[in-house]
Amino acid sequence: MFETINMKILLPELILICTGLAVILLDLVLRKKETVAFIGVAGALLSAYYNFSLMSLGWSGAVFQNMFVLDGYSSFFKLIFYISLIITIFISLNYIKTERVSSGEYYSLLLFSASGMMIMAGAADFMVLYLGIELMSLSLYILAGIMRERRTSNEAAIKYFFLGAFSSAFLLFGISLTYGLTGTTSIIEVAEALNRLGPAGRNITLIAVIFFVTAFGFKVALVPFHMWAPDVYEGAPTSVTAFMSTGPKAAAFAVMGRVLFYAFGALQLQWSAIIEPLSIVTIAVGSILALSQTNIKRMLAYSAIAHAGYASIGFLPGTQEAFAAMINYLMIYIIVNLGAFAVVVIMRREGIMGEELSDYSGLAKKNPLVAFLMLIFMFSLTGIPPLAGFIGKFYIFMGAVEAGYTKLVIAAVIFSAVSAFFYLRVVVYMYMKEAAEPSVLIVPHSVKLVLAFTSIMAILLGIFPSVLLDFARASLLG
Amino acid sequence: MSGNYIPSHYLPVISILAFSVLVGLGALIAGLLVRPRRPYEQKLAPYESGNLPVGEPRYRFSVKFYIVAMLFVVFDVEAVFLYPWAVAYDRLGLFGFVEMMIFIVILLVGYVYAWKKGALTWE
Repeated sequence: MFETINMKILLPELILICTGLAVILLDLVLRKKETVAFIGVAGALLSAYYNFSLMSLGWSGAVFQNMFVLDGYSSFFKLIFYISLIITIFISLNYIKTERVSSGEYYSLLLFSASGMMIMAGAADFMVLYLGIELMSLSLYILAGIMRERRTSNEAAIKYFFLGAFSSAFLLFGISLTYGLTGTTSIIEVAEALNRLGPAGRNITLIAVIFFVTAFGFKVALVPFHMWAPDVYEGAPTSVTAFMSTGPKAAAFAVMGRVLFYAFGALQLQWSAIIEPLSIVTIAVGSILALSQTNIKRMLAYSAIAHAGYASIGFLPGTQEAFAAMINYLMIYIIVNLGAFAVVVIMRREGIMGEELSDYSGLAKKNPLVAFLMLIFMFSLTGIPPLAGFIGKFYIFMGAVEAGYTKLVIAAVIFSAVSAFFYLRVVVYMYMKEAAEPSVLIVPHSVKLVLAFTSIMAILLGIFPSVLLDFARASLLG
Repeated sequence: MSGNYIPSHYLPVISILAFSVLVGLGALIAGLLVRPRRPYEQKLAPYESGNLPVGEPRYRFSVKFYIVAMLFVVFDVEAVFLYPWAVAYDRLGLFGFVEMMIFIVILLVGYVYAWKKGALTWE
């Protein structure tokens, strides 16, 4: 009568949510506030351990009448979320003390947001997908505004909340249209129903696809829907910006891929035609508007917009190979971006915001290592050869060229060259300008660890590109 | 997929909706047409139980009131759920007892959180 629920599959999410609940309560009794952060990291590691041991034991499968799945696809994205979450916790340790943010709520909201992303990645039903998006977004709205006394933080939270609510409405409208046309909210059943519908029925379903793309476009900040990103990224606490520009972006790509490939695979030519102009306009606007930014968080916001554009090129060919290149790109982008944000975070000191480009003047004089690591991250974000960023872009472009998107790729490469200007400007400031009063940065051990990890990965993934790509390919198959 | 699905068994719902809108608007319009209108200053002033109104009604309350109001709603709802549970307790048995204890413990944790965060102190 009742399906025996295989709770094992939900274990990674459950562990993370329980850790979040434990953190918010333990913060009340524990004196040393770093302890709760380490409990959060331990919870994330335990959750990751269970996730990948379940995978290796072959426990993958679906629960709750095929509403939630554990498969290679979701596991790859979960790996991105774990990296994003753990690195964010590490770079937050000292930063939130400087900003005087209360730690219990901060870390538990990070954990809840990450579990929301994991639910998104594993969703095999539109309703679960929606719940995941809301759990992720609601936590992020609060995190963006967690510096209650700062006006910009409040502004960021309000803007993010309103536009997020709009995008949720678009998503729900898309879901309801799909339900009306196919009679189901299950992703697999939608795909089956689309095969049964004639060409006329499929064309009507295209309206629903447009709503889905709009909603996901808001979440990943594709261009006509990107307006919120610069203000929110600038106003939110830097560690939260680091988190927002990585994990949630990847999560939105995860659901976008799941919905477009698995549910609306029959309409691939049509949705490729919708995404094609969006991606090139996103790259253009992101790259060009970043040129005039003097605030580094704002610049990285436009850079994140441009990178979302590059990543979305991976959807266009509609092949598994191109999609593997896309998730490979996302993994590289989040690691490098987190590294860059780790540097931005340590630039914030007592009494110094450290967010303006001019704050980076002469950084190489007193802090040669930090400046060199920032140089690696900037080069990698530009896509300069021996580094990981180049590999990511290379595979994306290769897939698109093979599918015949030559003009698009030429344009994307040109804008990639444009983007070199604003990334390398940071390097110019660090190495070629004199500082008014150069000061030595204090780098906490946790941030040192993050910088070491991200820079080593940025170099290694560039030298051994096939390791990650093979993993991405294998994840899509299993 | 037939495209001519008409939800005919929702007809009573639609008719009661139309009827209630009609009654509501009808009463307002009828009143507007029939009642005498002789306004003067004292009559137009807001009714404050006989007191003279002082100042604007929309000034900013301290956020403390909202916190108390939110806590009140939570524990008020708890009490609302406790009544039917207590009445039907003899029929619910152990299962009902355990369920209600879980519910109370969850709210108790919230209470401890609010307490520790200082939501219950006024200053």
